Amino acid sequence: MDELARRMNHGIPFFKCLSRQRLGIFACIAILLSACGGVEDARRESVLNRGLGAEPESLDTHKARTNQAGDVQRDLGEGLSGYTADGQLELAAAERVEVSDDGLQYTFWLRPESKWSNGDRVTAHDFVFSFRRLVNPATAAFYAQQSLGDVVNATEIVAGKRPAEDLAVEAIDDLQLKITLNNAVPYFLALLTHPSTFPMHRPSVELYGDAHARPGNLVSNGAYKLQAWEVGSYIEIVRNEHYRNNDKTAIDRVRHHITPEDATELNRYRAGELDITFSVPSEAFQQMRKQRPHELRVSPYLAVYYYGFNLTRPPFRDNPKLRQSLSMAIDREILTEKVTARGEVPAYGWVPPGINNYEPRQFLYATLSKDERHRKARELYREAGFSEDKPFSVEIRYNTSQGHRRIALAVQSMWQEVLGVESTLINEESQVLLENIRMQDVTEVFRLSWTGDYNDAHTFLSIMESDNPSNLIGFHNDEYDGLMDKAAVQTDLRVRQVYLEEAEKLLLAQHPVIPLYFYVNKNMVRPRVRGWEDNVLNYHYSQHLSLSDTD
Amino acid sequence: MLRYALLRIFGAIPTLLLVIALAFLMVHAAPGGPFDAERVLPPEIEENIARAYHLDESLPQQFIRYLGGLVRGDFGPSYRYRDYSVSELIGNALPVSMQLGVLAMLLAIVAGVAAGLTAALSKNSFIDRLVTGIAMTGISVPVFVVAPVMVLVFAVYLQWLPASWTGGTSISRLILPVVALALPQIAYIARLTRASMIGVLSSDYVRTARSQGLRTISIIRYHALKPAMLPLLSYMGPAIAGILTGSVVVEEIFGIPGIGQFFIRGALNRDYTLVLGIVIFYATLLILLNLVVDLLYGILDPRIRGR
Amino acid sequence: MNYLAAIKPLIRKSRDNKTIVVCSSILLLIAAVALIGPLLSPHHYASTDFENPLMLPSASGWHLFGTDDLGRDLFVRTLLGVKITLFVAIIASCVSLGIGVAYGAIAGYVGGTVDAVMMRAVDALYAMPFIFFVILLMVVFERNFLLIFVAIGAINWLDMARIVRGQTLSLKQREFVDAARLIGVSTPGIILRHITPNLLGVVVVYMTLTIPQAILVESFLSFLGLGVQEPQTSLGALVNGGVSNMEGAPWLLLIPSIVLAVILLCFNFLGDGLRDVTDPKKKT
Repeated sequence: MDELARRMNHGIPFFKCLSRQRLGIFACIAILLSACGGVEDARRESVLNRGLGAEPESLDTHKARTNQAGDVQRDLGEGLSGYTADGQLELAAAERVEVSDDGLQYTFWLRPESKWSNGDRVTAHDFVFSFRRLVNPATAAFYAQQSLGDVVNATEIVAGKRPAEDLAVEAIDDLQLKITLNNAVPYFLALLTHPSTFPMHRPSVELYGDAHARPGNLVSNGAYKLQAWEVGSYIEIVRNEHYRNNDKTAIDRVRHHITPEDATELNRYRAGELDITFSVPSEAFQQMRKQRPHELRVSPYLAVYYYGFNLTRPPFRDNPKLRQSLSMAIDREILTEKVTARGEVPAYGWVPPGINNYEPRQFLYATLSKDERHRKARELYREAGFSEDKPFSVEIRYNTSQGHRRIALAVQSMWQEVLGVESTLINEESQVLLENIRMQDVTEVFRLSWTGDYNDAHTFLSIMESDNPSNLIGFHNDEYDGLMDKAAVQTDLRVRQVYLEEAEKLLLAQHPVIPLYFYVNKNMVRPRVRGWEDNVLNYHYSQHLSLSDTD
Repeated sequence: MLRYALLRIFGAIPTLLLVIALAFLMVHAAPGGPFDAERVLPPEIEENIARAYHLDESLPQQFIRYLGGLVRGDFGPSYRYRDYSVSELIGNALPVSMQLGVLAMLLAIVAGVAAGLTAALSKNSFIDRLVTGIAMTGISVPVFVVAPVMVLVFAVYLQWLPASWTGGTSISRLILPVVALALPQIAYIARLTRASMIGVLSSDYVRTARSQGLRTISIIRYHALKPAMLPLLSYMGPAIAGILTGSVVVEEIFGIPGIGQFFIRGALNRDYTLVLGIVIFYATLLILLNLVVDLLYGILDPRIRGR
Repeated sequence: MNYLAAIKPLIRKSRDNKTIVVCSSILLLIAAVALIGPLLSPHHYASTDFENPLMLPSASGWHLFGTDDLGRDLFVRTLLGVKITLFVAIIASCVSLGIGVAYGAIAGYVGGTVDAVMMRAVDALYAMPFIFFVILLMVVFERNFLLIFVAIGAINWLDMARIVRGQTLSLKQREFVDAARLIGVSTPGIILRHITPNLLGVVVVYMTLTIPQAILVESFLSFLGLGVQEPQTSLGALVNGGVSNMEGAPWLLLIPSIVLAVILLCFNFLGDGLRDVTDPKKKT
C-alpha cells in the first residue's frame, strides 16, 4: 500500500511539469509505440538462449538426478543457501543462520519477503514438507541420502523403518526452521544448495501429484517460473514477478535448449541460435580458440577423469606394483596437451585443485622426470612378473564417445610403448559398462569419472570408503575408513583437513585408480552476455546474467 | 476388398503380439537398468525406486502388468522422462516425425519421378547421364554426411537457414532436414522411374499409340504413367523403412524432438516402456501402411484385383 | 556341377557388358589394394603418433592420405576400413541370401498350406520395425562382431524370400523337375540339385543389390556408435569420425567418403548390369 502511494505521489509532479502541448506529443508517441509492437513499457523483452546438454529427466526436484536438471532448477527455485555469480556460498531463501557450538543444530530465519510464483508466501512449513517428501521412500528420490543423510532419522526413514514425520526438521514458526544433525558436517550449508533441498509448494504438489512439475502446474520460488517444456527441444522459463529479488533479474525469458551432441550444439551457436553453449567439442576447440578467443571460456572444474582397476579379482587384486607401473607409464601431459587438448589439468592425485580448506596430495612419483618414471615403471612391471617375453595383457573398457575413444587409444599405445603391455579396447554403451563394472566379474580396467557435488574434499574422498555405493573399484582399506570416520566427527576444520589429507595420501600409495586429468569447464559465451563469471562448480544462474544490445 | 482389409487387420494381431513379446524380452535382456549411473545409489534408495516402478517384480509379472496397461490404452510411465507418460511422449513426437516423414516422402516422389521421367525421355543423352549420376551420388553418400555438411554450409557459413529445430520458423526449420531425408529416396525413385518408364515406352502398346500420332505428353499422361508407377508403389515399403532409418539420424543431427530421437535415447537409457511403446506404435503403423500399399496396388493393377 | 553349369552363361554374357566389366574391375582393384596395400605401407593401422596428428596427405613419411586426430595413418586405416566393410557386407548378404533362398524355395516348392503359412509369416515380419530391432540387438549383445552380420542379414531376407518363391513356383512346372520327381529324387534333393541352381541368376543379381544396403546399415550403426571396436575400423566409422573434423581436416571426411561412394556406386551399377543381362525379356 505504502509503495503504491509513493509511486502515485511520484507520478503527479512528473505530469505537472509538462505543458499541454508536450503531453499531447507524448501521448501520440505512446500510441504509435503501442500500435507498432504492443510494447507496453517501451522496453524490449530480453531473451537468452542457453545450451543445456542432455535433457533433464524431471523438473521435480526430488526426481531429478543430473546436473542439467539442476541447472534449470537453480533458475526456477532457491534453497536455504545458494551461490554467488563467482561461486561463493551465500544464504538465499534464508537471511540468517545460527549453528550450535557442537555443529549439530542449524536454525534458519527465512526472508519474510520471499514469495512463490503464484504470490503465496514462502514459509518454513514449505521446507519441512519438501524435506519429508524427499526422504519418504514412496518418493524414491535419488538424492535423499546425499542431501539429508546427516539429518537425524533420515537414513531410517529412507529405509522405510520410520515415518517421514520423524525427520529432525522442524518449523518453529512461519519463518524459523530448525534442523538437527547426527554429526557435524562442515559442508552442510553447501549441501543445502542442492535443488533436492529446495522448498515445495504444498497445495500444488498435493493437487497435481506426479504432474506438479509440469508447465502450468509448477509453482516455484526462484527468479524464474516454468513457461514451457517441449520435450526433446527446449525448456522455457520466464521472469517470476513475485521473486524477492525480481528487481535484480535482468533477463526476462530464458530458453534452455536440449543439446546432447556438442558438435551440433556448436553449430547452433555459430549459426547464432545460442548465446551460451554447454560444452565445446574437442575437435573444434583449437579452431574456436583461434577464431573466437574471447568467447571461449575455460576454467577448472571439480571433477576427475580416471581409470579404475577391478580390485576384487586378479590380476589387480593385491598387486599394487602392477597398478603403479601402469599408472606411471601414462604420460598425462601428452594426454592433456595432445589428446584432450582443452586445457585440462594432468592429474597426479585424486582430489582436484581449487577445493576449500584442502591441500591436494600427489603421487610420490609426480616429481620424477619422464625417463625416471618410465624406468621405475618398467622395474615394477618386471617385479610384478611381466616382461617383454611374457607381456601383460589387459582389457580396457570405456563407454562410447569420441573423447573416451581417443583417450583409451592413447593409453593403449603408451602402455604398449613403455611396458609392452598388450591391451584390448572394449567400447560399450554406458549402461552396459556400468552394469559390468558393478558385477565386478569381467572387468579389468575401466573408465570412470567423478564430479564434486560441493566444494569440499569429502565429496571426492568419501566414494573410496568401503561401504560407499559409488566405490566401483572395490577399494577396501580399514585405515582409510578409520581416517574418514575421524574426519566426519571432527568440528575443527584444521584437524579435519589433516585427516582428509592423510586419507588421500594413503589412497594414492595403494594406486587403486589411475587419475588421468581434472576436468575443465568449457563454454562458448557470446560477448553480449554480461555477468558470466567462471567458477569451479560451473553454476551460472540466469538471474546473474544480463544481455547488452551489442555483441 | 473390405473383407480382405479386415482379414488382414485381424491377421496382424498375432504379429503385433509377437513384436511386443520379442521387444519386451530384448529390452529387459539388455545389460544395465534404467536407473544405473556413475553415481551409484545407496541400496535402500535403489529398492525404493525399483518398487516405485515395479522393477522388483518378476519378468512375467511385469509383462502381464504391461499388457494389462496396453489393453487399457496405457503405455505406462517413461523412465527417462519421469514427468511424462509414454503416450504423451509419442503423442508429442508423432506430429513432428510425421510432418518430416510425409514432406520428405512427397519431395522424394515429386523430385524423383520428375528426374526419372526427364532421364527416361532423353535416354542416353547428357541430361540422362547427369540425372543418373546425381541420383547415384545421392544413394552413395550417407545421410550423416550430407546433413552436417548442409548445416555447415547453409546455417553456419551462409546463415540462410537454421541449424536446428528451435532456431527458425516453422517452415525454415523444415527445409534442411526434409531435404537431407529425401535425398537418398529421390535417388532411388528417380532410378526406378527411369527404368520402368523406359520399359513401358518401348512396349508394344505405347509404340502403337505413338504410331497413331499421339504427342509424347499425352502418351505419358494417358498410357505410360500408370503402368510405370507400379514398381514405384511396391518400393513404398522400403522407402518408408528408409525414411524411418534416416529420421533417426536427421533428428539427432538437427535436434528434432521426433520419435527416432526418443527411440535412441530410450534404448541407450533402458527406458523400457518408451522403447516398447515406440516399437509397438511403429509396428502398427507399418502394418497399416503395408495394407494401404497392397490395396492401392489392387486398384492400380487390374490383374491382381481378383485375388 | 549343376551350380557351375548354371553360372557359366551368366559369366559369358557379363563379359560383353561394359558396365559389368568396368565396375567389377574397380571393385576387384579396391579389394586387392585393401589386401595388399597395408603390407607395403610402413605404418600399422593402430600405431599412434602424437607429434603428427591431422597431417595433410603427403608422400613424405608415407602418409599418402594424411593422418587422423591421433596421428594414425589414414591410408592404412582406410584400407582396413574397406576390408572390414566389404567383409561385413558380404557376410551379411550371405546370411540374408541363405535364409531368403531356403525359405523362398521351400515355400514355393512345397506349396499349399505350408506356402500360405510361410508367406503370411513373411508379410507379418514386414511389420517389424527392423532398424529398431537391430539397435536393440546391438544393445543386448554388446559389440559382438559376428552379430553385426547376422543382424544386418536378418533385415534383408524378406524380399529375397518373396522373389525366390515366385521363381520356384514357375520352375516347379518345368519338365526336368517333373522328371526328377518321377525317378524318385527326394524333395530336399530336388530343391538342392534342381531348383536352387536355376535360381542362381536371381541370387547373384540380388546379392549385388543387398551388399550396398548392408554397407549403409553398417555405417548407420557406426554413426550411432554401435559399430566395430577400435582400433579396428570400417568405412562408416571413418566417415563418421571425419564428420567431426570436417572443417579442420576435411580429408578425413573426403577420402573415406569417396572410397565408400565408389564402392556403393560400383555395386549398384553392377547390380543394374547383371539385371539387364539376366533379364529374359531383354535380348542381348
